[in-house]
Amino acid sequence: MAAISREEVAHLARLSRLAVTEEELDTFAGQLDVILQAVAQVGEVAAADIPPTSHSVPLTNIFREDVVTPCLTPEEVLSGAPDAEDQRFRVPRILTEDVAS
Amino acid sequence: MTTTLPAYDEVVARYEPVIGLETHVELGTNTKMFCGCPTDFGGEPNTRVCPVCLGLPGSLPVANKAAIEAIIRIGLALNCSIAEWCRFARKNYFYPDMPKNFQISQYDEPICVDGYLDVEVGGETVRIEIERVHLEEDTGKTLHVGGATGRIHGATESLVDYNRAGIPLVEIVTKPIAGTGSLAPDVARAYVAELRDVIRTLGVSDVRMEEGSLRCDVNTSLNLPGQEWGTRTETKNVNSLRSVERAVRSEMLRQASVLDAGGRITQETRHFHEDTGDTTPGRSKETATDYRYFPEPDLVPIAPDPAWVAELKAALPELPRVHRRRLQQQWGLSDLDMQSVLNAGAVELIEATVAAGTTPAAARKWWLGELSRRANESGVELADIGATPKQVAELQGLVDAGKLNDKLARAVLEGVVDGEGSPTEIMTNRGLEVVSDTGALTAAVDEAIAANPGIADKIRSGKVAAAGALVGAVMKTTRGQADAKTVRELVLERLGVQG
Repeated sequence: MAAISREEVAHLARLSRLAVTEEELDTFAGQLDVILQAVAQVGEVAAADIPPTSHSVPLTNIFREDVVTPCLTPEEVLSGAPDAEDQRFRVPRILTEDVAS
Repeated sequence: MTTTLPAYDEVVARYEPVIGLETHVELGTNTKMFCGCPTDFGGEPNTRVCPVCLGLPGSLPVANKAAIEAIIRIGLALNCSIAEWCRFARKNYFYPDMPKNFQISQYDEPICVDGYLDVEVGGETVRIEIERVHLEEDTGKTLHVGGATGRIHGATESLVDYNRAGIPLVEIVTKPIAGTGSLAPDVARAYVAELRDVIRTLGVSDVRMEEGSLRCDVNTSLNLPGQEWGTRTETKNVNSLRSVERAVRSEMLRQASVLDAGGRITQETRHFHEDTGDTTPGRSKETATDYRYFPEPDLVPIAPDPAWVAELKAALPELPRVHRRRLQQQWGLSDLDMQSVLNAGAVELIEATVAAGTTPAAARKWWLGELSRRANESGVELADIGATPKQVAELQGLVDAGKLNDKLARAVLEGVVDGEGSPTEIMTNRGLEVVSDTGALTAAVDEAIAANPGIADKIRSGKVAAAGALVGAVMKTTRGQADAKTVRELVLERLGVQG
């Protein structure tokens, strides 16, 4: 059984606002399936005494002191923006989109 | 909606409300959550950003220690357990208020869990259970242009300022609050007020609702007695204590009218409108959120040292509930009197007025009397009425010094609220000072005696009570600017009678 379906790939593409053709869906679904199958092999050797790993380094509590550091200038900030107005990034119309809280 | 809403009493007689609150608090740290950009309010657009909060390739976030400390202190003040180990998570979504296309938040491992906050409502203590307190980053501000009203609908494009993106944001989520019946709106308000006071006492945020450093989402559902909880709606954009109460109440009424008509409640986000007190539907949850949370690989886990947590716990300040109980004793108030002070949002105001040199009784009189009345009339919070504790103390000082009587003091206070200046300035500018110049007063008294020979005779013959009529006459000629007690003494003195 495939590790990821064509429908799931289409759903992910939609969430990422990527225009993916029908042919590309077939291609990506196949490629992602190979990747996921390979990763799944790692899961097979994981025993109950091995906790899921999210970080490759055994570190915790890396903090920064609450001290102000220099910011970029607005010119630098907007230098890579495709479009800007009134010192703000200009983005296309947003409608029926989701907003985080 | 054009249907007539049912009466509130009928709604709570038929249905049981369940509410839940999600509160976001912007921390008052010097810098952002994961970078050293400053957090102060205002500033030209995109002047407080750097490669980290812009999500530029190659930049790496590092957690702000002060923010971690602040959230642990909030958790401890809310009686939560502090996680021994937890992680940040990426919340993925496609919206330009975050330049990274994700927000760093916490998902299934919040740093604080299972707490509670006790609040007083109608003389009863209600325990609000806290589900979780977690840390995330605030989003940027989008300005929608091209639409008719500056709202997202009809906008042709949006302009984004990332100054606010990355400011540490604490989210505090209650467990569902059931069984409060008709008091549900009051409980919601009391909870947010208490939470605000706790956080202010901790000194970790300025918690100003009007500036958005404390924001509230309110979940509401109704069910028939003995039945399962109903479908809930989430009302956003609730930006004052009064609005919290109104939002719950109006949503209870709306849902009851839908249910009464045999309809179903849709699980959705609704927007609260400050002007009408209504809610209108926003995004429907059916179009579903799929945030694809996963552990944030760029930040290592947090494992607060238990010794550090114990230290922070031991150093917590006196919390508002305890503080209030102490004030109540100092001020010599009954539970009922203290409750009315609390309901009016006047605890800190009275405390500050007393600290500025006024008796508790006098401070309470002004804040709960004249100023509360004005606040109610204009629909603002007492703290925003325009008079400060210092001004109220100054006003009472003028009364104590005999320069103002009660009536004149009220007039001066009106001026203070209207922004005319300090009490002393207003008294001088408007010529409201009590006529204390004995020469002028004596002349006015003599005039009154001459004009009312019959009454004067009565008083001379021992009917001291008749002096009231002459006092009244003098008050009239001095347009109320005399001290009635002084006038009475003067009348008796001029007529040679012992008071």
